[in-house]
Amino acid sequence: MLEILGKTSIDFMGKRRWAFLFSGIMVLLGIIALIQIGRGAANLGIDFSGGTAVQLKFDQPIRIDEARKVLEANGLGNAELQEFGQDNKLLIRLKASTTIEEKIADRVVAVFTKEFSSNHFVVDSSTEIGPTIGSKLQEDALIAIVISFAGIILYVAARFELRFGIAAALATFHDVLAVLGAFYLLDKEITLLVVTALLTLAGYSMTDTVVVFDRIRENLRMRRRETEETIINNAVNQVLSRTIVTSLTVVLVLIPLTLAGGEVLHDFSLALLGGVIFGTYSSIFVASPLLLLWPGASGRMLKGS
Amino acid sequence: MKKVGGRLLLLALVVVLSVIFFIPSYQPLYQGLPAWVKQVMPNKGITLGLDLQGGIHLVMEVDEDRAVEIAVDRSVVSLQDVLLDKKIPVESVARTGPTQITIQFQNGELKAQIQKMIDDYPIFSETESAGSANKLVWELREAEGKRIKDSAINQALETIRNRIDQFGVAEPIVLRQGLKQIVVQLPGVKEPKRARDLIKETALLEFKMLDEDNQAKFDLPARIPKDKEADVLKQVEGKLPEGDQILFERGVDKDTGREYRIPYLVKKRVMLTGDVLNDAKVSIGQFNDPYVSITFDGKGGREFERITGDNIKKRMAVVLDNTIYSAPVIQDRITGGHAQITGNFSMQEANDLAIVLRAGALPAPLKIIQDLTVGPSLGKDSIEKGIQATLFAGAMVVIFMIVYYRLSGVIADFALMLNLLCLIGALSALNATLTLPGIAGIVLTIGMGVDSNVLIFERIREELRLGKAVRLAVDGGYDKALLTIVDSHVTTLITGVALFLFGTGPIKGFAVTLCLGIGINLFTALIGTKVIFDLLNQRHKVGQLSI
Repeated sequence: MLEILGKTSIDFMGKRRWAFLFSGIMVLLGIIALIQIGRGAANLGIDFSGGTAVQLKFDQPIRIDEARKVLEANGLGNAELQEFGQDNKLLIRLKASTTIEEKIADRVVAVFTKEFSSNHFVVDSSTEIGPTIGSKLQEDALIAIVISFAGIILYVAARFELRFGIAAALATFHDVLAVLGAFYLLDKEITLLVVTALLTLAGYSMTDTVVVFDRIRENLRMRRRETEETIINNAVNQVLSRTIVTSLTVVLVLIPLTLAGGEVLHDFSLALLGGVIFGTYSSIFVASPLLLLWPGASGRMLKGS
Repeated sequence: MKKVGGRLLLLALVVVLSVIFFIPSYQPLYQGLPAWVKQVMPNKGITLGLDLQGGIHLVMEVDEDRAVEIAVDRSVVSLQDVLLDKKIPVESVARTGPTQITIQFQNGELKAQIQKMIDDYPIFSETESAGSANKLVWELREAEGKRIKDSAINQALETIRNRIDQFGVAEPIVLRQGLKQIVVQLPGVKEPKRARDLIKETALLEFKMLDEDNQAKFDLPARIPKDKEADVLKQVEGKLPEGDQILFERGVDKDTGREYRIPYLVKKRVMLTGDVLNDAKVSIGQFNDPYVSITFDGKGGREFERITGDNIKKRMAVVLDNTIYSAPVIQDRITGGHAQITGNFSMQEANDLAIVLRAGALPAPLKIIQDLTVGPSLGKDSIEKGIQATLFAGAMVVIFMIVYYRLSGVIADFALMLNLLCLIGALSALNATLTLPGIAGIVLTIGMGVDSNVLIFERIREELRLGKAVRLAVDGGYDKALLTIVDSHVTTLITGVALFLFGTGPIKGFAVTLCLGIGINLFTALIGTKVIFDLLNQRHKVGQLSI
């Protein structure tokens, strides 16, 4: 049988101090990003921030990919393009709003006049637009997320122990914050798609953590003579090949999507890619060691033995 | 080892059902079917969302000036009420310009008293032009006018969002454009006209009393054809008593099916408006005729009780957007805060009426100024690229599984296909709207599907390493992985259900595919692949497992 990893016995728990330090920094970064988003100072997508919409009507059909290329070449890369079925109309939505020095709509018009000189067009309309994501939707999403976290903690606490539930929730939260922080650091636009990716990676990270926890629970039941630290280490090592294979498969999907999925899917896939990496890392280096932080856990034997 | 027959049959049934439900989603295939097949088949499938397919694009403008007029009108009515309550005799209170109220009275001594009442209407200021002793002119403050206009568009935005939500169109785009425009994009709506009407309807519900004492003085026709309202209005022009108006009740002739109108003399004074509604829902009457039953909130209920108590044996008109829906005689004081709106509705009309009443009235009429078909909001080019990249990525996974797990990898790939097929079948059966967030949910469940198989295979390998026989190793591997798979799936399902119940728009779209996918995953991972392993074991008594 083909194996990526044989039997391993890596001391993951011994490295928890380093892991906590690294994770602490990432979480801090994520919290800063959250605060900046809350203040409206982060690079929010047009769905959240609103911007400018320009509608052009061309004489001849225009290819949307060419239009996108031209806008990108002229520094308007994050434009959202939408075409109308009839009449060769193109709707361009831009995040940047008009500044005193320059009207963004004029810049769009200038770009198209220069690059598509043979295809005459008129400006149908050019207006400021509000955000598509209303405050109610944001509130709803927040409530949904809080409730789902509470549900997860309860379920995992019921199936395992309370500390497993809290550790799983914390690890998942960590992953979302880490990716958010990384996006903030890279000055990537936080669009609706990125938020979807964050939700998706939360689901992935949760699954990954529960799989590791499951093995820990199983081992806790069987091996009662060892310390919890050893038991957890062994469990992580036992599921390591599964963890690697699964993560590798998902990475295999995401790399083509990131590289060749087009501009729109790029950030979405990138966020997911980050999520898989952090999710895998966190189930080993964050969620599992967190179990040891529970008062008196690291040295104790399992109860009831 | 259990018998495989029953499980195989179940598997086949699921596949067949999925295919049947999927077919209407793929129009070229569906259209090619003979008519009799189409009749027995489900006829609706998946709708692609705005981001993937586009839909209709409406630009609407709020009639802001009208919103201001309506606000001023409301103050007029309230002022009339107060004057009546305080028994201050005035000749007339009326809106005499877009933002102006004129109060006229015979007795000049009343002026100071009425002048003071402006304290209760701080949005107005008294203009100096009112030099007359028998007249007061109030003007809406400019800042207030601006505020009313601004809040009108915001309120219209929220109301439209609510209505579309309740209409069941998944993931529309509703946004404010410029100062007074609202853009609405709806994905592949089946009945665009109905959707448009639903958005546009002002839905101002009012209860007004008929002026039965004066009705006899006018020789109003009993029933006129639709579109002849203007004739009646001309006939009574200038003769109406102060504070009265003519409104028309709509009706449908049961025999001919033609619409007609009945004119009534109605007191302008609004007794109650739709603001005080708590809920509105469709009910079916004893003759199978749908009507809308409404529930008032606490304050509205008490008010309604008082009004009906004061007007027993009189007729009250239920007016929606200046059309009377019914004008019943009040038989008794109505307690409990419930009322009915009847009026020859079709089921669909009653349904839409309930929606607009629940979502609330628009602050002012809307005008559609652009109505276009729009392409996908992600852009056609990105979608094509995305599809290609996804196909390539999928192929990579399929190949990887076969390389790593060999024959068992083939089984895992089979499970993957089964997963996708069932998921698409289920989404078709629900007539879901698929958007990119929805696809993200699918990607997550596919990832979890792969993970389930990896978990099982790694467990089987562990069992094999311990030297167990193939059949025992397979059973042991499944048994041990079972708990892990269930736990990880249920945890994610909890997230999915919470997002579905409390999330809206794109969050909900994600949740729907996630929840469905998880359920299907459990099925394919625990039954789908196991039955194949069992089949292999049964037929060939394998001594070695290709894993």
